[in-house]
Amino acid sequence: MIENKSLSELVPGSKAIITGLCAEGGIRRRLQDLGFVEGSQVDCVNVSPLGDPTAYRISNTIIALRHEDADTIKVRVIQS
Amino acid sequence: MNSSNLDINHFNILGGLSVQKQSDSDYVIALAGNPNVGKSTIFNALTGMKQHTGNWPGKTVENVQGYYKLNEQGYVLVDIPGSYSLMARSAEEEAARDFICFGNPDAVIVVCDATSLQRNLNLVLQIIETGKRTVVCVNLLDEANQRKIELNLELLEKRLGVPVVGTTARSNQGLGQLMNTLADSLTESAPESIIEYPEYVQQSIAKLAPLIKPYTGNHLSAEWVAARLLDGDQSFYQSLTDFLGLDLKEQTAVKNTLKEIKNNFRKSGITQLEVEDAMAEVFVLKSIEIFQGVVKEPAIPSDKRDRKLDKLFTSKTTGFPIMFLLLLLVFWITISGANVPSAILAKALFGLEDWLANAAITIGVPTILIDMLIHGVFNVVAWVVSVMLPPMAIFFPMFTLLEDFGYLPRVAFNLDRIFKSCDACGKQALTMCMGFGCNAVGVTGSKIIDSPRERLIAIITNNFVPCNGRFPILISIISIFLVGSAVGSLNTFFGALILVTTILFGVGMTFLISKILSMTVLKGVPSSFTLELPPYRKPQVGKVIVRSIIDRTLKVLGRAIIAAAPAGLIIWILNNLQMGNTTLLNSITNLFDPFGKALGMDGAIIIGFILGMPANEIVMPIIIMIYSAQSGLIELEGAALGQLLIQNGWTWVTAISTLLFTLMHWPCATTLLTIRKETQSSKWTVISFLVPTLAGIIITFLFNSAVSLFL
Ligand SMILES: Nc1nc2c(ncn2[C@@H]2O[C@H](COP(=O)(O)OP(=O)(O)OP(=O)(O)O)[C@@H](O)[C@H]2O)c(=O)[nH]1
Ligand SMILES: [Mg+2]
Repeated sequence: MIENKSLSELVPGSKAIITGLCAEGGIRRRLQDLGFVEGSQVDCVNVSPLGDPTAYRISNTIIALRHEDADTIKVRVIQS
Repeated sequence: MNSSNLDINHFNILGGLSVQKQSDSDYVIALAGNPNVGKSTIFNALTGMKQHTGNWPGKTVENVQGYYKLNEQGYVLVDIPGSYSLMARSAEEEAARDFICFGNPDAVIVVCDATSLQRNLNLVLQIIETGKRTVVCVNLLDEANQRKIELNLELLEKRLGVPVVGTTARSNQGLGQLMNTLADSLTESAPESIIEYPEYVQQSIAKLAPLIKPYTGNHLSAEWVAARLLDGDQSFYQSLTDFLGLDLKEQTAVKNTLKEIKNNFRKSGITQLEVEDAMAEVFVLKSIEIFQGVVKEPAIPSDKRDRKLDKLFTSKTTGFPIMFLLLLLVFWITISGANVPSAILAKALFGLEDWLANAAITIGVPTILIDMLIHGVFNVVAWVVSVMLPPMAIFFPMFTLLEDFGYLPRVAFNLDRIFKSCDACGKQALTMCMGFGCNAVGVTGSKIIDSPRERLIAIITNNFVPCNGRFPILISIISIFLVGSAVGSLNTFFGALILVTTILFGVGMTFLISKILSMTVLKGVPSSFTLELPPYRKPQVGKVIVRSIIDRTLKVLGRAIIAAAPAGLIIWILNNLQMGNTTLLNSITNLFDPFGKALGMDGAIIIGFILGMPANEIVMPIIIMIYSAQSGLIELEGAALGQLLIQNGWTWVTAISTLLFTLMHWPCATTLLTIRKETQSSKWTVISFLVPTLAGIIITFLFNSAVSLFL
């Protein structure tokens, strides 16, 4: 099943492919440099105790993003 | 090397570093790479220096140089802050970028993490593009091995077109080969960029480069500068302007061509955002392309153990309780472990004081000198050593173990939500952790915070974390006064509980003040945030103990002793100068008495804090010395100390007021100077002085008013 969501909607254990990036300004390039580009796989691994930020696996590293920033990354869920 | 009228020395100062060669033929080598890949470990191993290492991204925040010699050839190695990209986002990344791009290194060693090579290649490709000689060092091979990741470094070398060396820096493997390879590469020509931008970008670069060449000469690659004019990185452009001493985009030919290029883009319907995206993506795509075939990894991510530990340390149910218990455990061990050695040290040192005094009398040293130097200076130093040394020698290694294990970024991860609601940054938690060691280090460390506003908040509030100079004050007050002097595990546990409560109060104040600053002088909304959670690593226990005792404890202790000696002298002199029918010391303490009393303390305590400006370690010894000087006592220890305090009117209210004031008062001199240096502003330095001071005055005053209401 193909589903378009933003990264922030993923729950731990789910995997997705990035379909687009809406972040603006300097953070956009930073996300790209960290590997958040179209076509890359990203896994949601862990939510912090107060519900935000969330840790994601991208290019074999774990990067935590706040809800607002994860919201700007569009994904297609491949395993939920 | 000669071109336009460039003044090279000027750029070497960029990033706060002026490179010092020992001989003209020395090579300058930058150690670059992503954060936390082992750059400083390599640097330390090669130069014998002791830069901060640990398992979290963002320890090195300034460029540091060291010296290495191989076959009669000298190398100035420069350890630079970690960065994900030359597109810098924070002050420490700017320092790294400025040194790589404009610091004129003869070569750049790009250190990579073998377990996440794909992401690391992004930076490698960016650095190759600058036209600097590059050597790639694939570090952490042992971890790659453990995780069953196989690397074909020969293929990588072929694909990148620059030398590649594999290392395991922590156990010194491959470093010799790294330096040999580097030496060889210095005689070869600089590498060609292997990045291919989309056709329309390539054409624009080809048009711009010849126009830029006259300005950059041989110092910078004109193609690379042309590409940067197209992808429009502001902070980069600022550094470029400083480097060239002129505004490149304002030079007629460049200006017109740039305009023409942008017009053409517009006509073909290409937006600036599309250009920037395309220019960012080629790096990631090229990294993926190179990565494939070079690295073979298990299909299922091999970080199961790390994720399990993360569940434990950062989950909803266990995250906070474990944080609290760890804090409690660390301080419980510190307090109970420090008790006995403190008593032994005190006995020995005060015994030595008597012996010295007697010896001095026998050889006929004048009594006044004996009094001044032995019962004045030596006495304070003895107090500092016996009160400070044991807790530091126990606390530092434990803290470093947690640091090397990889726990600190998890603290930032857990607390970020609260910082966000204070409109601040979760990385502030990392600067607070550094503050436990030394507030000045915490202040410098705040460079890792991207937003200047959030960075200032971290700087101003860092003092609410008690540094190692202050928590022994807390420990001694708590153990002599609040839990009684008996050594029992229940007592020390109770002591640790009070200490942790005090520290948590400081953390709470940090949140409160951060929020207040965000609503007043530092208005703004929380900015974007990315935090890397590195793999957990097994700390090298032996090394940690040696490193934290020799490098840190003794260094800090040395600083405290240097501050203690003159303070001891001052108090002795004040106590021996008569003013009217009383000593000068008495008159001064009387002067501060009303202020102290209003806050639940007294004049002697306030003077302790004032004279403690150079180093907080000496606050408690000074207070003790003033009391004993005034009562004619010369030495006391353990239980007698409690009695001395009681004789001087201490009650539990005094003890708690002093605890609170220790937690919140003016930053020490070193911290203030560091704040001045980091903020480049007297205004923020003054604010950083006032904020904790006022907080301390207000809180102790409120506490005492509340007490007098109820008692
Ligand atoms: N297992 C293993 N650990 C290593 C190796 N090299 C470094 N480390 C560890 O990795 C961590 C980071 O090392 P640092 O040298 O501080 O890294 P850095 O690149 O200077 O980090 P920043 O200054 O924060 O960018 C430390 O805990 C080191 O002990 C290695 O080859 N193998
Ligand atoms: Mg470092």
